[in-house]
Amino acid sequence: MSPLGIYIAAVVTALATYFWRAFGVAVGGRLDPQGRAFEWFSCIAYAVLAALVVRLVVFPAGGLLELALPVRLSAFALAIGVFFLARRNVFLGCGAGTGAVALAAWLA
Amino acid sequence: MRAGAKVGFGMPALVLGASYVGFGGFVRDNGLGLDIAMFTTFTAWALPGQLVMVELYLAGAPLLAIALGVALANMRLAPMCTVMLPVVRVEGRPAWRLYLAANWVAITCWALTMLHAPNFPREQRLSWFMGCALTLWAASLAGCAVGYFAAGVFPHPVSLALVFLNPLYFGLLMLQDLRNRQRVLSMLCGAGLCAILHPFVPEWSLLIAGVAGGSIAYLLSKRGGA
Repeated sequence: MSPLGIYIAAVVTALATYFWRAFGVAVGGRLDPQGRAFEWFSCIAYAVLAALVVRLVVFPAGGLLELALPVRLSAFALAIGVFFLARRNVFLGCGAGTGAVALAAWLA
Repeated sequence: MRAGAKVGFGMPALVLGASYVGFGGFVRDNGLGLDIAMFTTFTAWALPGQLVMVELYLAGAPLLAIALGVALANMRLAPMCTVMLPVVRVEGRPAWRLYLAANWVAITCWALTMLHAPNFPREQRLSWFMGCALTLWAASLAGCAVGYFAAGVFPHPVSLALVFLNPLYFGLLMLQDLRNRQRVLSMLCGAGLCAILHPFVPEWSLLIAGVAGGSIAYLLSKRGGA
């Protein structure tokens, strides 16, 4: 079983997530999705997602720490390279990146 | 409803299921139980927010920071719901159906609904969406459990690869559409600020990088006349 604290965090997570879904329905038709407020919102949303990716790759908490930062960054770069070569195929890019990490961990 | 489920059942279920395999592996790698992995997938079903939740919880961030971090990571759901509304709304039907269905709005089934549902009569579109969404939801739950067990059963390198799948999936998803300059700027500012701030304020770096980075990018793009 996981500690109780994270269940509270999970309920908060569910509420914070549903809030936006309901909010989107509530303002539907009243707010312009092409308007400035939405534009600013979406900038923040993309910035958070990019920050999350950096956090998970550059400052991981768990097992990924066993691999040195240059290794993690190289695996990520390889994934991006394959992704673009394969005409922006997310599946192939992910396969290349995870394969590189598995190989590096196996060799380490 | 069945038509929607059919579309969701193929490649989309596979890709989304695989991304939740990564989440299951990530949860295990961080020393948490399968119960919480399934619970949060069942109740929230929006991967970035779930990852933020686990990250911040383990960093010891206060509940308020978790709520704000998750809200920021999942904010994109609001405009998605707004945009989908005119497609599925039927005049005269009670609004609670829309508010209920909104709980399953997520990027994959949203994109599929916007693509396919207009081919059906208006009255059938919401159930088309639900069929697709419930199929993908089930695939996510299954993927999550598979990832959790795989991380324990498979050799260590494979578990690490599963954990690495999360940032890769989001990173590549975001790189799929680079035509929008404002979006690229936002990602660069958010990523850069997070890299700089994280060593100093690990509990707040995500929030500050998101709000400040996004706002800076917004202002820069307005100035550049984009």
